[in-house]
Amino acid sequence: MLLKDEVEMLRRIPLFSGVAPAKLKLLAFTSDRVSYRADQALFRQGDMGDAAYVILSGTAEVSVDTPNGQIKVAEVEHDSIVGEIAILCDVLRTATVTASTPLEALRISKEHFLKLLSDYPEMTIEIMRVLASRLSHTTAELSEERSKH
Amino acid sequence: MVVAASMIPYFLSFDLPKQIVNGPIQGTGFEVEGATQTFMRIQYTLPYFGKVMFFKGLQLTRFEMLMALSLVFLLLVVINGLFKLYINTYKGRLGERMLRRIRFELIDRVLRFPPSQFKRVKSAEIATMIKDEVEPMGGFTGDAFVQPALLGGQAITALVFIILQNFWLGMIAAGIVAVQGVVIPRMRKRLLELGRQRQLTARELSGRVGEIVDGIGTIHGNDTSNYERADIAARLGLIFSIRYDLYQWKFLVKFINNFLAQITPFLFYSIGGVLALQGRLDIGQLVAVINAYKDLPGPLKELIDWDQSRQDVQVKYAQVVEQFNVDMLVDPHIQAVVREPVGKLEHSLNAVNLTLSDDSGARLVEHVSLEIKLGETVAIVGASGGGGEAMAEAFGRLIWPDSGRITIDGTDILELPESITGRRIAYAASDAYFFHGTLRDNLLYGLKHAPLTKVEYDGTKAAKYKWNINEARLAGNPDLDLNSDWVDYQSAGVTGPQDLFSVVRPVLEAVMISQDIVDLALRSQVDTATHSDLTGRIVELRQALRKTLQDENLDGLVVPFEPKVYNPQATIGENLLFGTVKRPMMTNLRLAAHPYFRSILRESGLNVDLYKMGLEIAANAIELFEDLPPDHPFFQQLTFMTADDIPAYQLLLQKLQGRDFDAASPDERSNIIRLSFAYIEPRHRFGLLTDELMAKIVEARLRFHKNLPDDLKAVIERYDPKKFITSANLMDNVLFGRIGYAQADGPDRIRVILRNLFDELGLYDSVLSIGLDFDVGSGGKRITNVQRQKLNVARALLKRSDYVIFNRPLPALDQRVQDQITRNIMQDLHEEGHAPAIIWVLANSSLANLFDRVLVFDRGTLVEDGTHATLLEKNGIFKELVS
Repeated sequence: MLLKDEVEMLRRIPLFSGVAPAKLKLLAFTSDRVSYRADQALFRQGDMGDAAYVILSGTAEVSVDTPNGQIKVAEVEHDSIVGEIAILCDVLRTATVTASTPLEALRISKEHFLKLLSDYPEMTIEIMRVLASRLSHTTAELSEERSKH
Repeated sequence: MVVAASMIPYFLSFDLPKQIVNGPIQGTGFEVEGATQTFMRIQYTLPYFGKVMFFKGLQLTRFEMLMALSLVFLLLVVINGLFKLYINTYKGRLGERMLRRIRFELIDRVLRFPPSQFKRVKSAEIATMIKDEVEPMGGFTGDAFVQPALLGGQAITALVFIILQNFWLGMIAAGIVAVQGVVIPRMRKRLLELGRQRQLTARELSGRVGEIVDGIGTIHGNDTSNYERADIAARLGLIFSIRYDLYQWKFLVKFINNFLAQITPFLFYSIGGVLALQGRLDIGQLVAVINAYKDLPGPLKELIDWDQSRQDVQVKYAQVVEQFNVDMLVDPHIQAVVREPVGKLEHSLNAVNLTLSDDSGARLVEHVSLEIKLGETVAIVGASGGGGEAMAEAFGRLIWPDSGRITIDGTDILELPESITGRRIAYAASDAYFFHGTLRDNLLYGLKHAPLTKVEYDGTKAAKYKWNINEARLAGNPDLDLNSDWVDYQSAGVTGPQDLFSVVRPVLEAVMISQDIVDLALRSQVDTATHSDLTGRIVELRQALRKTLQDENLDGLVVPFEPKVYNPQATIGENLLFGTVKRPMMTNLRLAAHPYFRSILRESGLNVDLYKMGLEIAANAIELFEDLPPDHPFFQQLTFMTADDIPAYQLLLQKLQGRDFDAASPDERSNIIRLSFAYIEPRHRFGLLTDELMAKIVEARLRFHKNLPDDLKAVIERYDPKKFITSANLMDNVLFGRIGYAQADGPDRIRVILRNLFDELGLYDSVLSIGLDFDVGSGGKRITNVQRQKLNVARALLKRSDYVIFNRPLPALDQRVQDQITRNIMQDLHEEGHAPAIIWVLANSSLANLFDRVLVFDRGTLVEDGTHATLLEKNGIFKELVS
């Protein structure tokens, strides 16, 4: 896959939809294209976070370690971004992400990602939107769990 | 003796000119035509025998006499010269031997200084004293006796000769000599004082230079470079003023000296001339006197110089001696060479009423008595500065007790020979020192106590060796052979270099550094001569790697080089060259300019293709990067140009875009083509590489290697699947290909695979051995502090001592790694057969449960002593520390 195809894919991702194509090309160029086989981990819970991943094709499973073993918490597919939490707030990886099919991803290093956010406020706002919606989603789930007991 | 003997021909050569002038030339004794004179009659009047004729002599005519006397003069000149040559060589050798002896003696003293001395002296000052300041002493030693004897003899001979010719002329000369001899040395007193100051300031300067070099990090970190500049400038200013003063005096003294020397001939010409006119002195005598006087100021001046340098050297010597005359030097027999293995210690290590203090006199440890039994493992815990570290340092003989002592079997460890304490006791703290050399040298340093093998030399080497040994003895140096194998394999628990790794490897694993060493090996170029065990099996290794990758379904991880296939993961340049250039004889730039390389590009038409491609690459790069500030982190990703190149390429592009290849100048062309050489499609993803172009490049590659001219053959190593590439590192050699860019964590995964592979093939030790060839640099600065501390612990363990002392040896490491290494050593290594007593000053008290016994130090006293369990029950300081 060439740079221009990657740019096309990036544009479809809500997070980057507001960013000028030339900048997306730069983002794609400065990021590494990586491919994973099924069952290969993108990163593991507890590791240091050094990059975020934009999934270009394939699907991956998000799981967390609990005292009762590993629990799958979500599934992500192409056009989504994973691993951004650990690089945004300098914590260890909060979950393990494993490819469930052969997977292609764009690996954006922490340094580049932060630089991008400071250069393009529209991206920052988009990131905030995504995070906030995830938070409200989680809160809803939590209160649902609580009300059960 | 020789000097005295040399005076005879010297005197004779003064007398001869008179004889020549008075005899044959002026005709004295040859008044009659055909008259003859006796030559060389040797006749003496001896007591009891009366006149004895040894040689009747020859009857010679005036002309023959002239020739004979002249030849005798020539002979005397030659003899004088030979005497001079012999005396100079002799005294040169004497001086050099003396210099060697003095220098060795000083270094020997440094090796025997008590530890506290090193807190006061600067290493650079000691170095300059040993190297520079004693140098004139060596030169002077040769002159010390020979020079005054020779010069004094010469001066007296000349003077006596002059007096014999004419008493009053002689008295004049003697008078002036006396003035010179009294006045000049007085004037030189000040010179000596200035010389002493010059020496001190120069020594301090070198001390400061050493400090600047050692403290360069601190200087940069605090922006104090200008403070250092000011300090150096002030010192140089002081040195300049001293030296300038010195010059002024020196030349004034010289002037007076010369003046006095020149005034004598004036007196000779005037007074001697008058005497000659009055007939009281014949002309031959006058010529001889003036001739002899010519030889007087020379020796005299040198004699005065000699006296000057004598005093100078005396001052210097006093200065140096003062620095090296240290109380409490270690007795030489403590450091005696011991070639035999030293038996195990069979007694416990006792501290008896031990009190230690620091330089300021503050007490570090007060009245501590304890006993460490053989094989016992002891943890020392307590707050840092509580006395535990000082205790360990005392066990390591780094600080000497104020009162009390540390004994083994009743003997103070400071009085035991170092062959026992240095071998049977190991000590490691955080300030590991590494010597310039390889990792191996440093790791095995603790085993190099004595030359254990006898090296057999043959032919000229044997003669040279004998000469060296003889000279060493004459200069009081030891005759230990540095070329011998100093490593004491036996005490490391192995039989020789061949099975050394059976003990080295577990130790390296225990301190968790073997991975680093394997990585060092992978990054280094391998010497095929010394590591043929690995390089000879490179084909097998490459095949094994392919097979492993296939078996684990990781085919895509490495794309191998194949002679007839384009490798998309490598650059275009690499695909063309299909080999490595031997640096520094050849570089990529020089290759690109080589006519043969250019002709290949031209003939294949690749120059046009690559030019077009280069333009595309430039256009892409400029589109991506033109708006970014030059320090933007994204530029890291731009491998084929730098941020500074962008404007130049922008201009170039405007000029060349849409125009033909022919429109560009040769320089512009190579600037553009250069870009495409660095292009890797899967990495840069501009979509510029077609199948057709790849085929063309492979074809050009084959053509390039087919008729490679000899000059390039010598500096280009072609990729050959069957051969080890000496100019590439080990990693590239084993991979024989490139790691795919799209492979997640490719390099890390490959490293793990390679490590396992080396192990499977039994090559792990060879790889470690290659890694140990790494040059650690000055003070070990080429490896990290963490690595140095780990290796320091490894070095102490390799000695297999009976008492091993660890004094917080790993502070640079994460707590987790420190704990892991402590566990490795205490559990795995300690149970593997050799079980020394271990005294470990712990940074983390919770590890104390790994030890038989725990000592708790607080404010310089031993407050608790017992097993881990009993101390926990006691509810004392230890419990507090652990919780």
